[in-house]
Amino acid sequence: MTMIADEGAQELRPRSELTAREVMREVGAVLRMSEAEAAQLGDLPDDPDEDQTMVINMGPSHPSTHGVLRLMLELQGETVLRCKPIIGYLHTGMEKTGEQLTFMQGGTNVTRMDYASPLNNELVFAMATEKLLGIDGDIPERAQWMRMLLSELNRMSSHLLFMATNGMDLGAVSMMIYGWREREEVLRFFQKVTGLRMNHNFVRPGGLAADLPAGWRDDVLRILDMLPERLEEYDILMTGQPIWRERLQGVGVITPTEALALGATGPILRSTGVEWDLRRDQPYLHYDEVEFDVVVGTYGDAFDRYAIRLNEIRESMRIVRQILDRMPEGDYRIQDKKVTPPPRARIDESMEALIHHFKIFTEGFKVPEGEVYVAIESPRGEIGCYIASDGSPTPYRMHMRAPSFVNIQCLPHMMRGGLVADAVAVISSVDPVLGEVDR
Amino acid sequence: MTDTPHENDSTTMHGCPVTDSRGQVVIHVDRERYVAVMRALVDEGYAMCVDLTAVDYLDYMDRPLPDGVVGERFEVVVNLLDIANRRRIRARVQVPATEPALPTLFDLHPGTEAMEREVFDMFGIAFTDHPDPSRILMPEDWIGHPLRKDYEVGAIPVQFKGAPS
Repeated sequence: MTMIADEGAQELRPRSELTAREVMREVGAVLRMSEAEAAQLGDLPDDPDEDQTMVINMGPSHPSTHGVLRLMLELQGETVLRCKPIIGYLHTGMEKTGEQLTFMQGGTNVTRMDYASPLNNELVFAMATEKLLGIDGDIPERAQWMRMLLSELNRMSSHLLFMATNGMDLGAVSMMIYGWREREEVLRFFQKVTGLRMNHNFVRPGGLAADLPAGWRDDVLRILDMLPERLEEYDILMTGQPIWRERLQGVGVITPTEALALGATGPILRSTGVEWDLRRDQPYLHYDEVEFDVVVGTYGDAFDRYAIRLNEIRESMRIVRQILDRMPEGDYRIQDKKVTPPPRARIDESMEALIHHFKIFTEGFKVPEGEVYVAIESPRGEIGCYIASDGSPTPYRMHMRAPSFVNIQCLPHMMRGGLVADAVAVISSVDPVLGEVDR
Repeated sequence: MTDTPHENDSTTMHGCPVTDSRGQVVIHVDRERYVAVMRALVDEGYAMCVDLTAVDYLDYMDRPLPDGVVGERFEVVVNLLDIANRRRIRARVQVPATEPALPTLFDLHPGTEAMEREVFDMFGIAFTDHPDPSRILMPEDWIGHPLRKDYEVGAIPVQFKGAPS
C-alpha cells in the first residue's frame, strides 16, 4: 500500500525508483562509502518489495513535530525503512526581509527565527554588524557581561523548554508543566529586563537597548536558588526512571563520523563524544574568563542528548553565578555617535540630538563594505550570521546559518531501522525549532 | 597557512587568491577547480562544512575582489571548519548568470545536501549530480527564485495548489 505522492520531487519517492545514489544519501555517503559499496548494502531489513511497505505522513501539524515539520516515513510493519523530512511550511522569507531592514531594525527580524532562544539570534546578528563596523573590540565591558548573562539565561530557558517538550512527547505529561513552570521564571526575568517574554530585540549593534533594571541581581539569584532543587526533581522523575531510560537509551543513535559529515553541531555533536563548544573552543564575549565544563555524551543516543541538555542547564547556572560576581559597572552600549542614538533626556534640550536621533531611526547607520561570518553557540548548536554589506544602511545579504536546519538532516540516519514509536523520541531529541529551519 | 593573510598580500592557497576579511580568511576559488580545492582543504583539516549559501551581486557588481578574480553575478559562499585546529576558512566561488551551476559538494560533505537545495531554491543555482535537486523551502511548483535581486516581491499572486478558484 503506497500513498500516491502529489507534491512531486520534494516527497519521498517510491521504492521502485530508489537508486544506489539515494541509498548512499541515506547511509553510505555519510560514512564516505563509494556508490558501489552503498548499492551492495541494500536496504533494511532484507530489501522488501514495494507492496510490503507503507508510506505514511507524520505532520506537518502533529503535536510532536515541534511546529510544522513533516516527515514521510516508509514503514515495514513497525520498522522505519526510510524517512524524509519535508520543510518549508513556516517559510516567511526572513532573509529577504533582512535585506529591506536597516542594521538597526534587523534585530526585530532575526529574533523571530529561533523563537526559543531569541537573544542568541540577536547576539550573533549584532556581533556580525559590529565586526563589519570595526567596533567589535570597543564594546563596553558591562555590555559584554550583560550579553553573556542574557545568553546563558536564554540557554537555560531553551533547554527547560526542551525538558518540557521531550517529556510531553514521551508521555511524561506532568514534565511538560514542570518544564514550562521553570522556563516561565526565566521569561519573567526577560520580561522585566527587555519588556517582552520573547522576540526581545534587546541586543543591538553597539551594545544593548537598555541597562539592567533595579533589583535584577535578586531576580537572577532567585532563579538560581530555585532551579537546582527542581532539576533534582527532574532527575527523580526522568533520569533514573526505568521507563524513561527504556524509551531513550539506544534510540536514534548517531556516530561521531556521521554527525561531523552531516554538519551537526550542539548537543547532537556532543552526544557522540566530540568535544566541540564554541564558547570554549572559539571563545567570544568573555567566555574564556569563566569556568564551565563542556558536557559530552558517549553513545550518541537520545538519552545522551537529554542528559547533555539537563547538565548544560547546570553549567549555565555555574556561568551565571560567575557573571553575577564579575558584572562591572559602566555603560551598556558603545558611545559612538555613529551607531548609538543620543540619550532621551538630550533630545528635549538639543536640536542636534533630535536630528541625530531622527536620522539614526529613519535612515539607520551606514556600514562599510565587506562580508563577515560570525558564529556563536546557541542552545541548538552553531548559529552563524553571514552579512555582506555594500556600504548602505541595510545589509546587501543577510544569511543565518540555522543550527536546526542542518541538524534536521540527521533525522533519516537516526530513524533508519528504528521503530515508528521511537520516531517521536528522535524528533524530540534533535530539538528543532521550525521557525529557524524555514526562516 | 596559519598566519592570517592581509588584504594587500598576494597570498595564495592551492593556487587560489586568499584575502583577509575583517580578520577572517577567505579563499577565492574558481569554478573549474572548486571540488578539487575543497577536497584539498578537507585533507588540510577543514573537514566540516558548516554553511553553504549564496549571494546575488546583481546590484553590486563593483564589489572589491582580489586581482585575477572576475566578479560574476552570483557567488557561492562555503564556510569550512577545522575542529582539530580550531580554525575557519571561507571559500567564495564566482558563478556566472549565464550558466548558474556548480558541482555538488555532497560526496565530500554530505551535510551540504539541504544547504545546496536551499541555494537552488532561493537563487536558482543548480548543483550538478546533487542526489535530490528539488526545492526545499518554497512549494515545488513555485516560479522564480526569491532571493535573487530581480525577483519582484509581492508581484506574484499566492496560489496554492488545490485551492478553490
